[in-house]
Amino acid sequence: MYMRTFSAAALAVVATGVAAQDGSILVQSTTSTQASGLYDHLLPIFEEETGIEVNVVAVGTGQAIQNARNCDGDVLLVHAQDQEEQFVEDGMGVERHDLMYNDFVVVGPASDPAGIAGMTDAQDAFAQIAEAEAPFASRGDESGTHSKELQLWDSAGVDVEAASGGWYRETGSGMGQTLNTAVGMEAYTLTDRATWISFENRGDFEIAVEGDEDLFNQYGVILVNPDECPSVNAEAGQAFVDWLISEAGQEAIASYELDGQQLFFPNAEG
Amino acid sequence: MQDMGEALQLALALVLSGDPDLLEIVGLSLQVSLTATAVALLLGLPIGALLAITRFRGRDAVLVVVNALMGLPPVVVGLLVYLHLSRAGPLGFLGLLYTPTAMVIAQTILITPIVTALSRQVLEDLHAEYDEQFRSLCLSRIETIRALLWDGRYALLTVALAGFGRAVAEVGAVIVVGGNIDHLTRVMTTAIALETAKGDLALALGLGLILMAIALGVNAMVQAVRLTATRAAHA
Repeated sequence: MYMRTFSAAALAVVATGVAAQDGSILVQSTTSTQASGLYDHLLPIFEEETGIEVNVVAVGTGQAIQNARNCDGDVLLVHAQDQEEQFVEDGMGVERHDLMYNDFVVVGPASDPAGIAGMTDAQDAFAQIAEAEAPFASRGDESGTHSKELQLWDSAGVDVEAASGGWYRETGSGMGQTLNTAVGMEAYTLTDRATWISFENRGDFEIAVEGDEDLFNQYGVILVNPDECPSVNAEAGQAFVDWLISEAGQEAIASYELDGQQLFFPNAEG
Repeated sequence: MQDMGEALQLALALVLSGDPDLLEIVGLSLQVSLTATAVALLLGLPIGALLAITRFRGRDAVLVVVNALMGLPPVVVGLLVYLHLSRAGPLGFLGLLYTPTAMVIAQTILITPIVTALSRQVLEDLHAEYDEQFRSLCLSRIETIRALLWDGRYALLTVALAGFGRAVAEVGAVIVVGGNIDHLTRVMTTAIALETAKGDLALALGLGLILMAIALGVNAMVQAVRLTATRAAHA
């Protein structure tokens, strides 16, 4: 009786282990491309054309890069150019391609305690938030958005570490969770526009600062190096990268809209 | 509180529409957590029974450790399993990361201590009751364990339910080792986490209600089996 139960359980385990097929790839990705619904729009088109199944693990950029360094993925799609170039330089990635961009925005409560609404200089706005000691919710998770935010504090000459736990609050979580937290405690936060437009729990929050060149948000795509990671499905992974930066892929990206707004702007070279 | 009413409506609409994505996610949740519970029972019950009837040096320390392991943080279990199953880890060659199997492994590690510790307590109490009888029958250790497991089967069902409840409700381990991949490793709890991240709190809560309804269903089924069995036994 024990043996029978055991073989049944073993069978169930084996039966669940048939996930990785030849025609599928795994993308280690930033969260904004998933949370905004971009993949739900893109992947069916690609899968229809090529028959290659694309599986997405959406985590922060930092974690996605770390996972790819462990060879746990075929393609990396993130938004932190310095870290991406480092990844390729270390031999972990074959080649980095610009894919698309959108921009970051600073959002905050309608009451606007730091008086930054309508400003177009992100650096000045950040300095003013620090001056007013108005609550600011930071990702604090080494994501692409987090590293952009730290650059902005740096150029504004603000030492946020000293304020951590005070007006500067690091949530250590994803963009959506951080937005939920920010709305809950009436704190400003930096978010990519795509996540903001698709985010539904906005409360009375509005975009306070936008349009600064410093708020440019570039996404890149990289095939994980099969020489470093023999498990990489190089053929299918390369096919996905090639399609994304091809005319067809770029058009598919441009055609994704939410509430009548385009979320990502393709800018691959070629 | 307006979210609550909306959540209830959404949950009902989702269930009534028979949404195929929802069915897939619910199915995988049940498949993963029930498999993990089955494996945890196979491992935990014999160990729990053995601990219940044996006395050895350091037994108290072992019991403290097993009891403490009931509090294993899911995300830590997830990380440990990730580090082993990652391509860069010792078991990476198996290619199990981001599969339902990885999720079963993580949940099994999470709930085996629960099954072991609770069954040990149940069976030890039972053993104290029957000790003299067993002695007079000169039962071997294996026979004693078998008799105890059979006699304690109804209480052990509750132990199994405790393990299942913990498995089906946790998110920390499965999101790390499963990756919340659509149509592959997305289960109820990771879907709830995703909807929360999208700020769709009503849908997240709606999915939560469905998850609780499923847990209720499983518990009701077990209860029905138990009642039928006891009635049959007394008939």
